[in-house]
Amino acid sequence: MRRVSEHRRRHRGGVALKPFRYERAYDERAAIATLAATPGAKFLGGGTNLVDLMRLGVETPDLLVDVRRLASDRIDETDAGGLRIGAGVRNSDLAADARVRTRYPALAEALLAGASGQLRNLATTGGNLLQRTRCAYFQDVTTPCNKRDPGTGCPARDGEHRNLAIIGHSEHCVATHPSDMAVALVAFEAIVRVVGLGGGREIPLVDFHRLPGDTPQRDTVLERDELIVAVDVPALTVAVNSTYRKVRERASFAFALVSVAAALDVVDGEIRDVRIAFGGLAHKPWRAHVAEAALRGSAADTDAFRRAADAELAQAEPLRDNGYKVELARNTLVRTLQELAE
Amino acid sequence: MNAYPLRVNGVEHDVVDAWDGENLLYVLRERLGLPAAKAACEQGECGSCSVMVDGRLVCACLVLASSAIDADIVTPEGIQPSAHGELTPVQDAFVSEGAVQCGFCTPGLVMAVHDLLNREPAPSDLAVREALSGNLCRCTGYGRVLAAVNRAAHAAAAAR
Repeated sequence: MRRVSEHRRRHRGGVALKPFRYERAYDERAAIATLAATPGAKFLGGGTNLVDLMRLGVETPDLLVDVRRLASDRIDETDAGGLRIGAGVRNSDLAADARVRTRYPALAEALLAGASGQLRNLATTGGNLLQRTRCAYFQDVTTPCNKRDPGTGCPARDGEHRNLAIIGHSEHCVATHPSDMAVALVAFEAIVRVVGLGGGREIPLVDFHRLPGDTPQRDTVLERDELIVAVDVPALTVAVNSTYRKVRERASFAFALVSVAAALDVVDGEIRDVRIAFGGLAHKPWRAHVAEAALRGSAADTDAFRRAADAELAQAEPLRDNGYKVELARNTLVRTLQELAE
Repeated sequence: MNAYPLRVNGVEHDVVDAWDGENLLYVLRERLGLPAAKAACEQGECGSCSVMVDGRLVCACLVLASSAIDADIVTPEGIQPSAHGELTPVQDAFVSEGAVQCGFCTPGLVMAVHDLLNREPAPSDLAVREALSGNLCRCTGYGRVLAAVNRAAHAAAAAR
């Protein structure tokens, strides 16, 4: 367990928590207006991450606007042949959906690779995208952290960073994004549909999460008043032959050291189409555009897989103690593509 | 919010003098006198507070009680067949296999096994391990727990 309970201040039903108000939202416009007008207000989804972070003192909202009954829990076909996943669809229901399992198997596998049954039953699609990093410094309010408390510094850079980023990090933050689901969705070019005071907009998931730069406190490009209403997964032929491979320190209920979502379409030994995204490497799910470009039109063999992985990972800048992730990511990608090519 | 209703094990309870931030686990144990769901890690990792909310197995420690208004909540107390002392087949299998040592994780495990066998009456060994990965036991090493799941699954199959 990441924190042993006897080392934590005991709380009785959260009385050690900063007091907050709770409202249940039934109207989208009203919920957005409330959030925009109330400093310190936050949307509450399944609560698996937010409630925990409130216990730790990392999140200290004044008001929780519970959007779970507001958010759609439907998975619908889109006119373009894809799926529209309501923001309130539980991770367990999304993983069990027959259309997801047959048309986007890597997505179902990624969901089932995350957390435990109890948590997947609570966690929502929208909330999953918005979960915060599990960097130990971020979660420990007694230490500095630029993401939690901008300007205080990043002890992880020279401290405990074995599990942290090797690509796209900055001097201000070396955290990784923890979601499995988002890795598969990035590979499948999903679109996040959000609604705010100014109306709705669509954000490609690959652009939804940010690299830390000098503002690591912002995980995503979402504005304060914006609410995720759905995630669209486009029709994607190649996704039928896809899988998710997650490498972690135990076989279940652990975050990824490295993960790969990949889809491969091979015709007569030649790669016609491919999609690849990595988890556990960066502040965002990492779409492997370089590797994909190297693979399109090439032979579907181990040499090509190795060259593509090396080309993608040439941009890696591992920290003192996480250089192993470069080799692990390379080998995980090669093995995943071999499996898909068989 | 000073008072709100909560439906637990088919009974409507009034929760009074509560504040919005109390989690479901605390309300069940401290306000409604239902102590079977246990408070251990209180961060969703150990599963000892597992209860059913609207038919889903969840960690009660991560659910705000206010958000469970209108939901059907079932605690380990609520799965008892009828009279005091009578056991469910799953509980009986735990006793028969000696799958209990200190007992702290047991109510959560029993809830998780009930949920698993309801969804999947004849799970593979791997499916059992995966389904119980959200329930930590620091005593048994899980061997006897897995044996109890097998026993309960076989007993249910024989009864069909």
